[in-house]
Amino acid sequence: MSTEALNDFVNKLKEENSAWVAEVKDALGEITVTVPRESIVDVCSFLKTKHSFDLLADLCGADRGVEEDPRFEVNYHLFSTKHHNRLRLKVLLSEDEPNLNSVSFIWKTANWHERETYDLVGIIFEGHPDLRRILLPSDFDGHALRKDYPLRGYEPYSLT
Amino acid sequence: MSVATENLTGQVDILDQPLESQMTISMGPQHPSTHGVLRLELVLDGELVVKTVPDIGYLHTGMEKLFEYKKYQQGIVITDRMDYLNPLGNNLAYVMAAEKLLQLEIPERAQVIRVMMCELQRIASHMVWLGTHCLDIGAMSAFFYCFRQREKILNLIEAVSGGRLTPSYFRIGGLMMDLPAGFERRVKQFLDDFPAALEELTTLVSDNTLWQSRTKGIGIISPEDAIDWGLTGPCLRGSGIDLDLRRHNPYSGYETYDFEVCVELDCDVWARFRVRMREMFESYKIIRQTVDRLKPGPTKADAPKVVLPDRDDMRKHMDSLIHHFLIVAEGFNVPPGEVYHAIEASKGELGVYMKSNGGPKPERVHFRGPSFVNLAALPVMAEGEMVADVVAIIGSLDIVLGEIDR
Repeated sequence: MSTEALNDFVNKLKEENSAWVAEVKDALGEITVTVPRESIVDVCSFLKTKHSFDLLADLCGADRGVEEDPRFEVNYHLFSTKHHNRLRLKVLLSEDEPNLNSVSFIWKTANWHERETYDLVGIIFEGHPDLRRILLPSDFDGHALRKDYPLRGYEPYSLT
Repeated sequence: MSVATENLTGQVDILDQPLESQMTISMGPQHPSTHGVLRLELVLDGELVVKTVPDIGYLHTGMEKLFEYKKYQQGIVITDRMDYLNPLGNNLAYVMAAEKLLQLEIPERAQVIRVMMCELQRIASHMVWLGTHCLDIGAMSAFFYCFRQREKILNLIEAVSGGRLTPSYFRIGGLMMDLPAGFERRVKQFLDDFPAALEELTTLVSDNTLWQSRTKGIGIISPEDAIDWGLTGPCLRGSGIDLDLRRHNPYSGYETYDFEVCVELDCDVWARFRVRMREMFESYKIIRQTVDRLKPGPTKADAPKVVLPDRDDMRKHMDSLIHHFLIVAEGFNVPPGEVYHAIEASKGELGVYMKSNGGPKPERVHFRGPSFVNLAALPVMAEGEMVADVVAIIGSLDIVLGEIDR
């Protein structure tokens, strides 16, 4: 994988709409495009339909630290079964408003990834058909992968 | 007499009509053919499946949280316990992500050994899949033949690492230690017997008419749907998509090996079964090539601050002793950055997203488990099938709950 080929996709994104690309980072042979929160659905459907990034390999959320602002990020790892390139899209979210639009109607596989991200990091995907907890029980308190969530939990969890 | 005939015809009429009410049943989490603790909520119309809702999370142990509290080299041990049928694959994905962050060069011999062990592990993993898949459908005897082969591979893994199911053999920067003496001979011995064993399984399972009638035309997923649901590995290749990360995003020198990417066009349980059966022979071919390529040389990268020194060096050189102490006690700092590294594990694309903030512990590690994503497509495959076929479809997905729930 050469990063030149990937830079082409970034340039095409910029040509299509310059507001879509907030920042581009080229490091360790991977390209990360930071996308504003409002335009993630547009960017994803553009890359899927026009540049055959047809497989969403992974979607994961991360907590950058309690002190950080913006505190959360969501990473989309796009892959193409045609030209076999990978591209990472990143959306930064503030602590007060950890909401963004769901991409589960672009790739069906995003459904479970978004549920997992909601469950563990507490990011709310608007327009998701079934945003429930997936790994933890439905009555679980808090979001386990946040940095301020203690490793052993707030209290011993009991099933009764 | 006439009354009885009337009753009989009346009964037949009732059976031909669809049931008015649907029934919801819960399959699992203790059902033996759900491969662990998977629970399915099935909405049934008679024997036909109307809707399937998988319920996961029974085995959730918070591994991704745990990674953030462990040093990089301690994390390797956690990865063994995710996909417990393919621990070396998990080790490889994790250490390669860390190596990418550290920008380490891995010596040739270590790469060859990594490929060899991963392909052995792939065969072992497929053997468990085949054995349990057969058991689910009702072919008992194949299970023992599969586990006999797997046992031989586990013995080989035990010989190199000391662990059968939790080897932690790959370390950041290379291997735990070099191969033991006489290991090549043992691998060759295994390889000599393997094609005959595979042939035996083919006659036992593939050529069996009952097996074919239970798998053909069941659990169909179209190529477009397969990509849309993010299927990877044998499940995607069973739907006719030619995608193998060993070929298309090569790592560890896979681009230099001669093997075929197995693709089947039928999109059903039979196609996924055929892909895995053929893939085992391709793995055999790769292992043959790795044995020929084994040349003496270092098995650890030249990075004394990251890679633990050899025991012998530590006794003779003070700096080795200091490095050893520092790596064990304090760990090593990894430059800030983020990577996503994906490998072709036995079940599909195993991706690791790793983010470092410059310290000795990662800021975030996320595993993209192939089982997790493949299971999400189960409702599509199971819709309109019989209850008994749901079991066959789960078997063809080859899921491991340890990886799904993490």
